[in-house]
Amino acid sequence: MATYVDDAWTALGDPSRRQILRRLAERPCSVTEIAEELPISRPAVSQHLRVLKEARLVLVRPQGTRRIYEVDLQGLATLREELDQFWGKALENFKRLVEEETEQP
Amino acid sequence: MTSTSTETSVRRETEVAVPVERAFAVFTEKFDGIKPREHNLLAVPIAETVFETRVGGSVYDRGEDGSVCRWARVLEFEPPHRFVISWDIDPHWQIETDPDRCSEVEVRFIATGPDRTRVELEHRHLDRHGPGWERGRDGVASEGGWPLYLQRFTELASGA
Repeated sequence: MATYVDDAWTALGDPSRRQILRRLAERPCSVTEIAEELPISRPAVSQHLRVLKEARLVLVRPQGTRRIYEVDLQGLATLREELDQFWGKALENFKRLVEEETEQP
Repeated sequence: MTSTSTETSVRRETEVAVPVERAFAVFTEKFDGIKPREHNLLAVPIAETVFETRVGGSVYDRGEDGSVCRWARVLEFEPPHRFVISWDIDPHWQIETDPDRCSEVEVRFIATGPDRTRVELEHRHLDRHGPGWERGRDGVASEGGWPLYLQRFTELASGA
């Protein structure tokens, strides 16, 4: 898992890749569409997308003959992990509180 | 304490050595001592978290400067057995104002003996927060969104 994080940081260290990600965050699109809208050549866009994909920051899905790229935030999984930790702590606090209070006369 | 989770929900449970009435009362009336303090949507430290113990009430944090953040609505309240609150916080820990994009939390209190209670917590419909977020929103697209997200991601990944 640490590998992905390192990769994500490295991937986002490049201004062009940040630009591409922001573009994908607005709407999923193809390599051609990105290259048309941003001042980056098509081969360079493909290269950047590969890095972003390896860093698990974008996903690709085929649509007919095209490949559509979109942001991969691992949305639900990450949210679930955060909430799992949140409620885990809450229940620990509850258990401590309820048993402490009950010990008192 | 155990945890099991499905794709769109988080489930946790614990058992405490008190009667069900007591468990329910402590959970709701002393919620201030239960909610992890570090989760704060206010600009200032939290002075108090208040759980309004009635349907239609709110769960809110009150900051040291008097500012208030209402982050849950009490949907069902049936002492001493269960309550359901909404979760009006989006995946960026911002208040979600559209009720259709909020998840919900049910907490059930089950007597397993005269002085024992099992507490089952289910945070469900997490997918309601999903659409739009995975596609990217303004917050994600902004300069501030990414570093913040990655910081959390790093903390999670490193087990902090």
